[in-house]
Amino acid sequence: MKFWISAALALVLAGIAAATISNEYFFFAAYVVLQAVILATAWNILGGYAGYVNFGTGAFFGVGAYTGVLLIKSLGLPLGLQIAAAAAMGGILGFGIGLLTLRLRGIFFSIATVAIAIILETLVLNVRYLGGATGMQILRPEVTPPFDSYIKMLFVIGVLLAVIAVAIARYIEISWLGRGLRAIRDSEEAAECSGVPTLKLKLLACTVSGALMSAAGAPLAMYQSFVEPASSFSLNYSVNALAMPIIGGMAHWIGPVLGAVLLGTIQQLVTVTISSELNVLVVGVLLVFFVVAAPEGIVGLAGKLWARFSR
Amino acid sequence: MGTLLQVKAVSKHFGGFTALDQVSVDIAEGERFGLIGPNGSGKTTLINCVSGSLRNESGSIVFAGEEVSRLAAYQRTRRGIARSFQIPRPFRTMTLLENLLVPSAYVVHMKDAEGEVQAMDLLRKMGLADKAHSRSNTLSQVELRKLELARAMAARPKLLISDEAMAGLSGTEVEEMLKILFALNESGITIIMIEHIMQAVMRFSQRIVCLDAGKIICEGTPTSIVQNPDVQKAYLGA
Repeated sequence: MKFWISAALALVLAGIAAATISNEYFFFAAYVVLQAVILATAWNILGGYAGYVNFGTGAFFGVGAYTGVLLIKSLGLPLGLQIAAAAAMGGILGFGIGLLTLRLRGIFFSIATVAIAIILETLVLNVRYLGGATGMQILRPEVTPPFDSYIKMLFVIGVLLAVIAVAIARYIEISWLGRGLRAIRDSEEAAECSGVPTLKLKLLACTVSGALMSAAGAPLAMYQSFVEPASSFSLNYSVNALAMPIIGGMAHWIGPVLGAVLLGTIQQLVTVTISSELNVLVVGVLLVFFVVAAPEGIVGLAGKLWARFSR
Repeated sequence: MGTLLQVKAVSKHFGGFTALDQVSVDIAEGERFGLIGPNGSGKTTLINCVSGSLRNESGSIVFAGEEVSRLAAYQRTRRGIARSFQIPRPFRTMTLLENLLVPSAYVVHMKDAEGEVQAMDLLRKMGLADKAHSRSNTLSQVELRKLELARAMAARPKLLISDEAMAGLSGTEVEEMLKILFALNESGITIIMIEHIMQAVMRFSQRIVCLDAGKIICEGTPTSIVQNPDVQKAYLGA
């Protein structure tokens, strides 16, 4: 109940922000953070709960972005349908990656996901209809009321998608699914012998995770007014989507959200004040710090402090 | 008493290595059955084939009148085959209680509240009740073995396969484990015990099968087994 009240509150606040704040840069920056929340939350469903480390977030994100581009260019479909179609494509791709888990575990699974990102990028690079290596310009359609600018609309959609992603992750975590996924992470063989249908659960986690990642990618073309393969399938998405849950804490749904908000905000600040190249350094330093000092992330750290002070 | 498990002419190869060669054995309902043999003789491979962790290449495995050799491991657990692992595989990020809630939710389809009652009852029987809320990565070796058995029991099995539950335990700890297994058997559960500790398996089993190089070399009562020259040869190399 508390969760749903907070979720509703987030949406209301987003609406109020869109109506009152006039500086467009705020929405421009906030959208990136929201995108990070969705990606990190989606990554955590497979990587955090089930323990399968996906290095191919960029692949899913890029597939989402280019599904959007394809639908604008060929059919001129509205953004809502682009997002839905991207989610479907991401789900299908996720299902395929889920089948990989039949044979590949640990680092081998992770390597395979990197390979998939490269293969898909190469594919798009060679499709002239989608702009090839030079990419393509996208003209934003007219903004629909009640919004007075397109970026504000994207911001509200971003909040909505983030709330949906977190709600799904939270449901998976607290339902019987979450316990099964954790069992898989701890010992797949013991899970199977404890009655957990491991393959089905892994396929489900991969599909849901992939669908959310691709949904997050769908508005990219509209956000940038431009897409090209290298940045759409970028490894940066993969690294961030993995770093954020590790920093925030992978055991609880709030972990990826905290990690994404923290890291995403710092990255935006650094980009504006120093340079965008420094982003990568920020991720690296924070990641090393948390892995060494707080392997259970912000959530784990907070739990320990809470235990100490409440004693 | 009817037959609970029928293993018929089961074979399994790993590359060119024959791990199981036409193994056949019947186990009756309520029986205490011992499986012995030197290292690498195929004991764990056989029970991996029975529990579904491995698929046998030929032959059939019939459990409670149903052919199960093509079923996934989780489906076999749901039909009543539970096992412990030779090297304990606890769900290490979970508490003991949560460990037991996995099978109670996925096999017996219990709500958490019911599952917790059952779990506490099992942990009490195993002498682990005071650790119910500790994480399983804090346990000692003997506690881990008990947790393995408790988790297997939480699935309410008809057949419990105990894979070297006593390896590396002290004399008194072995006694404790035997007591637990006897009590489980008395409550109606058929038990297959794989064990290297002869004294334990001899005392526990009503019937013993000895495997060597993937074949059954002898079958009988504990006393007849120790006197069998083939068993002595397999174990002592004489």
